Amino acid sequence: MTLAINVTDLRFAHGARTVVDIGRCQLASGQSMAVIGPSGCGKTTFLHLLAGLIRPGSGVIRVLDRDLSQLRGSELDRFRGRHIGLVFQRLHLLPALTIHQNVLLAQRLARVPLDRTRVEALFDRLNLTGLEGYKPSMLSQGQAQRVAIARALVHGPELLMADEPTSALDDGHAVEALALLQESARAAGAALLVVTHDQRVRGHLEHEFEMVTPA
Amino acid sequence: MTWLRLALANLGLSPLTSAVNVVLMGLGTASIVLLLLAGSQLSETLSRDARGIDLVLGAQGSPTQLVLSSVYHADIPPGNIPQREADRWAGDPRVGTAIPLSLGDSVRGFRIVGTTEAYAALYGADLAAGRFWDRPMEAVVGAVVAESTGLDVESRFAGAHGLAATSHTHASRPYRVVGVLEPTGTVLDRLVLTSLESVWTLHEDDGGTAQQDEHADDEADHDEHDHDDDEADHDGHEHDDGDEADHDEHDHADGDEAVDDGHDHDAEHAHADADHEITAMLIGYQSPLAAMTLPREVNAGGVLQAASPAVEISRILQLVGIGFDGLQAFSWVLILTAALSVFAALYGSLRARQVDLAMLRCLGATRWELLTVLILEGTLLSAFGVVLGFLAGHGVMELLGGWLASARGVALTGWTWTPAETILLIGLFAVGALAAALPAVQAYRTDVAATLAEA
Repeated sequence: MTLAINVTDLRFAHGARTVVDIGRCQLASGQSMAVIGPSGCGKTTFLHLLAGLIRPGSGVIRVLDRDLSQLRGSELDRFRGRHIGLVFQRLHLLPALTIHQNVLLAQRLARVPLDRTRVEALFDRLNLTGLEGYKPSMLSQGQAQRVAIARALVHGPELLMADEPTSALDDGHAVEALALLQESARAAGAALLVVTHDQRVRGHLEHEFEMVTPA
Repeated sequence: MTWLRLALANLGLSPLTSAVNVVLMGLGTASIVLLLLAGSQLSETLSRDARGIDLVLGAQGSPTQLVLSSVYHADIPPGNIPQREADRWAGDPRVGTAIPLSLGDSVRGFRIVGTTEAYAALYGADLAAGRFWDRPMEAVVGAVVAESTGLDVESRFAGAHGLAATSHTHASRPYRVVGVLEPTGTVLDRLVLTSLESVWTLHEDDGGTAQQDEHADDEADHDEHDHDDDEADHDGHEHDDGDEADHDEHDHADGDEAVDDGHDHDAEHAHADADHEITAMLIGYQSPLAAMTLPREVNAGGVLQAASPAVEISRILQLVGIGFDGLQAFSWVLILTAALSVFAALYGSLRARQVDLAMLRCLGATRWELLTVLILEGTLLSAFGVVLGFLAGHGVMELLGGWLASARGVALTGWTWTPAETILLIGLFAVGALAAALPAVQAYRTDVAATLAEA
């Protein structure tokens, strides 16, 4: 069984302060996992490390069997674009583009062939049909989150990572959002990693990984 | 989605700022384009009209006036010269072509030029209709004259004395049009050509005061009257035609009739053919070497003046050029303002867009692609401005050309492209890209993780 995520002896420090210190963390392909820990325990930094947005101080990060330290500069950007989908708490949809263009842009940046049927299917599944021409500012929070999920999955990534997808939502919507992420990842055949401090997430995903603030 | 579409969409996000930048760039570009077009066409027109004319022989006075009056027909002549004197030089072995001109009359604002067929040949003009003159009082009209006055073969018209349209006319001796010239794009299009004899007979018949060259030898102060005062002290002269009403209207441009006060030029003087006067003689050198000696010898003779169109053109262009340089510097200030404005717009929006740029990186964009999209935005802004400016510049030039053609007889058009414009085009694109350079480098340096953590 291949591993979507395989982290060994990972350390990251801001100056003298250690932010992330993880001995071992693994996630099998196609499975889901919640990384749960209190605010300030370095969860978001961990996610950025996994996405290759920052480099670790020491340790090995393997994502989809690739050692991220072997990838240089724009190689890393391309790898991230092609194989990883990211959903942030603040969704960061591009305000200048319609939601359809937002999703198409992700497909283009992933350097996969333009596939409009896939976009249509995603819009259909995420209940976004009819909203294609809207600008992000015209959407409700729930609609915008579904657009962000569509954007993260449009290029068929093997790993979907979400940062605090439920924190801003009430109980009902939080459960819905988690279910949507899980369903979408499963339908796309992608592993799912959710990073959160939200205790309501417990029990919803297949695996859980506790993070503690490093000493 | 292409980078171009993304850049356009980003510009569309703040339409007012973008529009202001485009207009600023457009204004600067239009001013420079206009100056380039006007400058190049002005010097082109000036040299085209003077093609084949190496030297102008005429009355003494200002060489610029002589060239302006006899080559460009844009000024009154300094006076007349004895044909005998001019012919002496025309026969010089250093002279290749010699074309006599006799000015003084006009028809509806267009000058009537007594000359030879060689004058039309100088500008390569072919007849569009009819033939050249065989006898006096037959005329060939230029293309613009034919178009704007409606004169055609077999039309008759009376020449007006002087070069303004309102002078009194030689109504008793009308001209007959025998030919119309093809357009040449030169000053010739705006002239009416006739034989030298037409001008002579007309002025001999019309009051008998036309040719005073016979007085030149026996009256010491004759030249003074003839050539220098003809326009200036016109009022108060007692005209013997008795028509007080239209007295001020008279425009005795070449002076041959103007100063008849006190003199009695009547028919009892003999009019020997050899004693006719002409206004100027256009000389083409046999060899360029003639330029070394001929002008100096003519001027040393004391009777005639020799003026070189090439020298006068460069003198005029130099004077005009000072103004052009100033305007051009001002236009570059406009361009600089536009570039700073593009810079301010891109740089100012960069903070707000930092998160968007970070997100692009998350989606797989490289640093270089972020740099590209910012440069693209700056270049697009200036490109729209540049296109607007070129269209406006050429459009205004065409409008101006239309107005100048009818008002001044200067042929300028907007439908032309000067090599300097190509350089300008490239330069302006570079200005746009340069204005975007610093914001683009900032975008390149975006720290994705930190930006996302802050947001």
